[in-house]
Amino acid sequence: MRATREVRWLAVVGMALAIVTTGLAFRAQAQSTLLNVSYDPTRELYRALNQLFAEEWSQQGNPKVTIRMSHGGSGSQARAVIDGLDADVVTLALAADIDEIARRTRKLPVDWQARLPNNSSPYTSTIVFLVRKGNPKAIRDWDDLVKPGIQVITPNPKTSGGARWNYLAAYAYAVEKFGSEPQAQAFVAQIFKNAPVLDTGARASTNTFARRGIGDVLLAWENEAFLALDELGAGTFDIVVPSLSILAEPPVALLDANADQKGTRRIAQAYLDFLYSPKAQAVIAKNYYRPVKPEAANPEDIARFPKVKLVTIQEFFGGWDEAQRKHFSDGGIFDTILKSNR
Amino acid sequence: MRNPPHRPTTESPGVRIAATLVCFLFLGVFLVLPLVAVFVEAFGKGVSAYFASFQDPDALAAIRLTLTIAIIAVPLNLVFGIAASWAIAKFEFKGKSLLITLIDLPFSVSPVVAGLVFVLLFGAQGLLGPWLIAHRIEVIFALPGIVLATIFVTFPFVARELIPLMQDQGTSDEEAALTLGASGFMAFWTVTLPNVRWALLYGVLLCNARAMGEFGAVAVVSGHIRGETNTMPLHVEILYNEYNFVAAFAVASLLALLALLTLAAKSFLEWRYGDAIAGRAAH
Repeated sequence: MRATREVRWLAVVGMALAIVTTGLAFRAQAQSTLLNVSYDPTRELYRALNQLFAEEWSQQGNPKVTIRMSHGGSGSQARAVIDGLDADVVTLALAADIDEIARRTRKLPVDWQARLPNNSSPYTSTIVFLVRKGNPKAIRDWDDLVKPGIQVITPNPKTSGGARWNYLAAYAYAVEKFGSEPQAQAFVAQIFKNAPVLDTGARASTNTFARRGIGDVLLAWENEAFLALDELGAGTFDIVVPSLSILAEPPVALLDANADQKGTRRIAQAYLDFLYSPKAQAVIAKNYYRPVKPEAANPEDIARFPKVKLVTIQEFFGGWDEAQRKHFSDGGIFDTILKSNR
Repeated sequence: MRNPPHRPTTESPGVRIAATLVCFLFLGVFLVLPLVAVFVEAFGKGVSAYFASFQDPDALAAIRLTLTIAIIAVPLNLVFGIAASWAIAKFEFKGKSLLITLIDLPFSVSPVVAGLVFVLLFGAQGLLGPWLIAHRIEVIFALPGIVLATIFVTFPFVARELIPLMQDQGTSDEEAALTLGASGFMAFWTVTLPNVRWALLYGVLLCNARAMGEFGAVAVVSGHIRGETNTMPLHVEILYNEYNFVAAFAVASLLALLALLTLAAKSFLEWRYGDAIAGRAAH
């Protein structure tokens, strides 16, 4: 019968394909690999850093290393690690997300932040505004964001680390200006009232603003704003620096339990130490993150960073533990704001 | 005397032309234009840039992973679909309507929810997570999890194609075979299966297209590890988010090409074996 022969032939081809592709899929897995679970805007930064580290590591006489990356909103990435994503190191947007991993999984000690210099942050950043070329809505400072008719683009503080820094920067500004917390709350509530969409991660927000053309101002990581100028054309956007912002310290940490299980502790530790090396610090500055050792970077790169008055999470909000509980936990101030805006 | 050509409705030609035009306009704007846009954007920086996109090891890994998933998920659903439709169409048993409802479940559940269910079951904090970790079995954020999620969202496709056809064909052929002394398995292999082969192939094509294109459920369980657990649809999103539009649309064009191939194969089957597939007008 002709038809059954066709079916049989299809089955044979299918089987052959199956064997070939599974063979390909499971081929190169013998060398040592490291998984770095990171937040959203660090894609370009770690691509450059990983290449440099892999070269250095081989030059020191070690076997070849492949560094795998996973990117997403800092909160969702932490959630994935808690659910079992097998990260050797995490490089997230804020300490609270790593605290959460430590608390829920016990895969790293609760005092993890003291293990590396500078609160475990090899680079810092801050929050700036990205506006359309020529600043048609004349947005100069945080006050302009609460005006009626202004559309503010920010990711969702529940899932994005950058968005939590955005929120806290606005809050700090309002507390400085009005001197009281209830007024600061009302101020931040007004900003979120002006936000038409809340994406899950910083990069998604940048695309909403830049590619889809929604909104008048994007609250963004400084590095993300500079990158948007680079990638999407300096002629289309301007960066506006507010009178006050926050010193954002994105921390890095080794996940002891995962690394020990996989036998990658030595290389994972070397990888994190490498981030503080002069070479890495120069790459960090080149990618628009503020290096903790600016003397190692190219002075021209350093000159690009605007001078901003920065408050710190430690002094202003009593640390991430406190800020997370008060503002972003279930039923916290951010939830109250969203509810009252509805 | 000849009859005038048969008219389905009494509407005036103007109404019919308008309706057809609206239909084509709609399809043009919502289907053809986006499809063209994918290819335009993919070739936006020239043919060499297009093909350079496929030299990236991460893109190749994504293509490999997607093929691997389809090659595992589709045959499993093929077996499942045949078993389920055979049981439903040819036998009477209690709980049959419940089984039909369950088969349809993936159509009504959001893929994201499907993904989350697997995280709840197999995640480190989930029901079976601790046991899996103790035995060093990786499910979530690895190939098995992605395959599971894909099987979940694609399992109605084959069964849904076969059930109406098999029900339509009734059991008389099989009964004849049994009377002539065939065993149950022989009756299935030589009578039931050949009767539905083209509908089966059709179901497999649809199942395959969805397996390769699934985003939501896979996004939840993948962990987004580049070069390892990124499927083609996830890789498209990553590339797009990295301002790498040519590469994003180049990979997207592969998915679009797959859709077009599926469509062509489907049209061919309908044209060549239309009668044999008929009776599947269930959805």
